[in-house]
Amino acid sequence: MANDGKPIKAAPTAKDFKGSIAPDWCPGCGDFGVLRALEMACAKTGREPHDFITISGIGCSSNLPGFINTYGMHTLHGRSLAVATGMKLSNHEMKVIVTGGDGDGYGIGGNHFLHTVRRNIDVLYIVMNNQIYGLTIGQTSPTSRMGMKTKSTPFGSVEQPLNPLALAILSGATYVARGFSGDTKHLSELMYRGIEHNGFALVDVFSPCITFNKDNTFAFFKQRVNKLEDEGHDPTNMQAALEQAIIWGDEIPIGLFYEDTTRDALEDLEPVLQDGALGRKTDLAVTEEQGASIIKQMM
Amino acid sequence: MGNYDFAIGMGGAPGQGIESSGPLLLRICARRGIYAFTYSAYQSLIRGGHTFLTMRLSSEPVANHGDKIDLVIALNQDAMDKHLQNVVPGGAILYNSDNTKPEGDVPEGVQLCPLSFKELSNNSRNRIMLNTLLLGAALNMLGAGLEQLENILTIQFQRKGQAVVDENVGIARAGFDHAAEHFTPFPTSLPMQDKPLAVTTGNDMMAMGGAAAGVKFYCAYPMSPSTGVLHWMAANARDLGIMVRQVEDEIGVANMAIGAAHGGCRAMCATSGGGFALMTEAIGSAGMMEIPVVMINVQRGGPSTGLPTKTEQGDLWQLLGASQGDFPKIIVAPTSIVDGFDVIPEIFNLVDKYQCPGMVLSDLTLSMGYTNIDPDLIKWDQKIDRGEVITEDNDSDENYQRFKITESGISPRALPGTPGHVHVVATDDHDEDGVLISDEFTNPHKRRDIMEKRQRKMDGIMADLPAPTLTGPEDADLTLVGWGSTDSLIEEAASLLRAEGYSTNHVHFRWLYPMDEEKVNQVLSKCKRAIVVECNYTGQFARFLRGETGFKANGHIRKYDGEPFMPHHIVDGAKEIEAGKTELYIPYQEIVV
Repeated sequence: MANDGKPIKAAPTAKDFKGSIAPDWCPGCGDFGVLRALEMACAKTGREPHDFITISGIGCSSNLPGFINTYGMHTLHGRSLAVATGMKLSNHEMKVIVTGGDGDGYGIGGNHFLHTVRRNIDVLYIVMNNQIYGLTIGQTSPTSRMGMKTKSTPFGSVEQPLNPLALAILSGATYVARGFSGDTKHLSELMYRGIEHNGFALVDVFSPCITFNKDNTFAFFKQRVNKLEDEGHDPTNMQAALEQAIIWGDEIPIGLFYEDTTRDALEDLEPVLQDGALGRKTDLAVTEEQGASIIKQMM
Repeated sequence: MGNYDFAIGMGGAPGQGIESSGPLLLRICARRGIYAFTYSAYQSLIRGGHTFLTMRLSSEPVANHGDKIDLVIALNQDAMDKHLQNVVPGGAILYNSDNTKPEGDVPEGVQLCPLSFKELSNNSRNRIMLNTLLLGAALNMLGAGLEQLENILTIQFQRKGQAVVDENVGIARAGFDHAAEHFTPFPTSLPMQDKPLAVTTGNDMMAMGGAAAGVKFYCAYPMSPSTGVLHWMAANARDLGIMVRQVEDEIGVANMAIGAAHGGCRAMCATSGGGFALMTEAIGSAGMMEIPVVMINVQRGGPSTGLPTKTEQGDLWQLLGASQGDFPKIIVAPTSIVDGFDVIPEIFNLVDKYQCPGMVLSDLTLSMGYTNIDPDLIKWDQKIDRGEVITEDNDSDENYQRFKITESGISPRALPGTPGHVHVVATDDHDEDGVLISDEFTNPHKRRDIMEKRQRKMDGIMADLPAPTLTGPEDADLTLVGWGSTDSLIEEAASLLRAEGYSTNHVHFRWLYPMDEEKVNQVLSKCKRAIVVECNYTGQFARFLRGETGFKANGHIRKYDGEPFMPHHIVDGAKEIEAGKTELYIPYQEIVV
C-alpha cells in the first residue's frame, strides 16, 4: 500500500517508551523493574506512545507516568481507576494503563477497585505491591502481614491483610495475574497479555521497598516465588485460581491466575461507543429531530 | 382576558397518588396553554408521612408558587387538619366525606365540598381512584371541561384494557357531575389559551441544557434532590449518544467526569451538598490539571444529611471554598427553571475556554419544581465553543508544552491520543512541561510562574462575566438583593411593594464567582437602601458580597426552615425593616407539612 511518500516508521521498541525524566525512586527500588517491564510490554503491542495513556494516583509507584513516554495523568490519591474509567469511556480507542501502589489501590482507593473490577472495563491495572506505605516514610498498608512492625504499628500490626487476587477474582475481574519485579521478562509478558486482554486486567507485582520494608525484601520473594505456568495451572478454572490465590508461605505462586475471555468488556455493552471515541466527536449539537422528539414527550 | 392566577393545594400521604395526579393536572393545564409552577412539600419517606403539593396556575408565565391557596384537595384527615386554615376566603376544600371531616372553625368564606368515595365509586376497593374522583370535581369547579382528563386517562390505561379505562373515566365523571350538582364553581374559569405548553422540571432542564451543550459524558451517584438529572440523562442517553454512568460514590463521580473531560468529552455530574463535599478534592485537581468539567450542586437543607426533601441556599461557602489552595473556577446560580437550561451551555463555553472547573448552584425548589413553559424557550441550537484544543498532529508544535506560560494564562490543550503531543498532567504542581515541581523538582520560581499563569485566567473570566441585573426603577429608595433561585419571588415582592407605594427595585446575581468588584459596585453604588434576601441562616451571600465589594446591606431577610420563600414573606420583611423595627427579618412559615 502507498504511504503518501512518508518514511516507513520502524516498529516501536522499549526505548521509544523511555521517558525523558529519570525516576527519583530510591536506588534498588522494585519499581525500576516494573517500569522496564512496562516499557517492553507497550513496545511488544506494536502501538505508538501516543496510543497509550498511563494514569496513576499518589505514592512512590504513582510517579511512574512521569517516567514513561506515553500520555499520562498523575491524579489524586486513590482515584486513578475512577479517572481511568472516565478516560477510557471518553476515548476507548486508546490503551489505558493504571499504575499505583497497594495503599493507593487497595486502601484509599479500595471502593473504586471493587467497582472497576466488576465493571470489566478494558484497562490494565498494575499495582506495585510492597506491603508498606513508602512515600509517607513507612506505615502499615492493607497488604502488610499480621505482626508487621512499622512506624504506625510499633507493636506489630493486629489487622489481617487483604488478598487482592482473591478479591479481584470474586469481584468479577477477567484477567488476574501476579508478577515479581525481580523477573522483568516474566512480568512484562503478564503485562503485555493484560494490555491485549479485552476487559479489566489486574497485575499485582511484588515490588519490594528497600527502604521501609525489611520483611518483604527481594531475597524474601526470590526464595519463594514459583511460576504457575510451570505447575500446569489452568487459568480458566476459577476455583483453581482461588486456591492458588490463597497460598502464602514458603512457596508463593506468581503468573496468570485467572483469565475469562468469554465476557464482554464494558465498552462492548455500550451502544453509544459503537461509532468512535466520544471525546473525539465534533458534531456535538442536538439535532432538530432529536430536539423535537424530546419536546413532544413534554407536551 | 384578565390575569388568571389560581393555586391548588393537594394534600395526602405518599402513595395516595398525589405524585401522579399532580402532573396529570399540570398536563391538562399545559394542553390548555395555562402556565404553572408547583412546589411539593414532602418528607423523606416512600410511604407514610404527609405531602402537600402547591400548584399555581396562571395565564402568564409563572416561576414561583405564590402566596395563597384557593382550592385544597384533601386526600385524608391529616390534609384537612393541616391545610383547612391555609385556604383563602372565596376558596374551597374538596375531601372524601367517608373518612374526612373539618374539625374546629371553618375559615370565613371557605366552601366545604364533601364527596363520598363509597357512594360515587359504587364501593370500589381501588382506593387510588379517590384522586381521580376529586380531580373530576375540581375540574368542574374550575370551569374546565372533562375532555382533557378523559383523554389522558384513556391513553394512560389503554394497555390495561377497556374496563380499566371505563372505570377511571367513570369515576372522574362521577366527581365532575357531583360537583356540578352540589358545589359552587369559582367565579373565573380556567382559561383556554392558544399555545400548548410543555411540562418540565429544573433537573430536566439542566440535563437538557447539558445535551444542548454537547455533553457526551454524564455520571452521578443518586442523591435527592439532584437525581432527576441522572434519570433524564439515562432515559435519553442512547438517543443522544451520551455515556451515562451511575458510580460507586461521589468521589468516583467527580474523578470519572474529570477523566472523561481529559479524554475530550464535555463532562458533567450532579449531586447535592453531601455528595458535593466528597467531590471537592477532585475539583481542585481539575483546577490543577486544567481540565474543564461542570459539577451541579442541587442544594437541600444542611448541615450534614440535613433536610433531604427541603430547600436551602446554604452551600454557597462550600462551593467558594471547595478544595484546598487557589485555582480558577466559575460558579453560577440559575435564576429559574428555564434558566437551568440556559446556564449549562454558557458555563461549558467558559470552562472550555479557561480550562477550569465550573459549578452550578441550583436548589430543591428549582430542581424538583414542575412547571409549564413555552416550548419555544428551549433553544437546542446553542453555541458550542471548545476553546483552544489540539486534536491533530501539526509540525508547529514540535516542542509542545501542555502548560505553556501565556499572557492570558490559557495554554492550548492537546487531547490524549494526538500524535506529537505526548505529555503528562499532574495534580502535583508542575512546570510548563508537566514535570512535577514537588519532590526533587521543587523550584520556587517555577511554582510562582505557573501559579501566576493559572490565576491570570481569572482576569479573563471576570471580563467575560456580566454584571448583576437591575430591574425596576433605577432611583428606587429600596433595593432587594438576591441570587439564584429566588429571582421571581423577589421580583414579585418588589412589584407588590411598589403597588403599596414603596419605591423598590431588585438587583439579582446569577454569576457568583469570580466577582468583579468594579462591575458589581457600578450597579450597587446607585442603591439607597438595600436588603439582602436569601434562604440560609448566616447570610452567606451578604457576607460574600461584602467581602468581595465592601458593600454592606441595611437589612436582611433570611429563611432556613426548609420551605421556600413566598412573595409576601419578603414584602412583610421589607416593611418591618423599612419601618426600623429590625435589621434581620425571619418570616413565619404558614403552610406546614
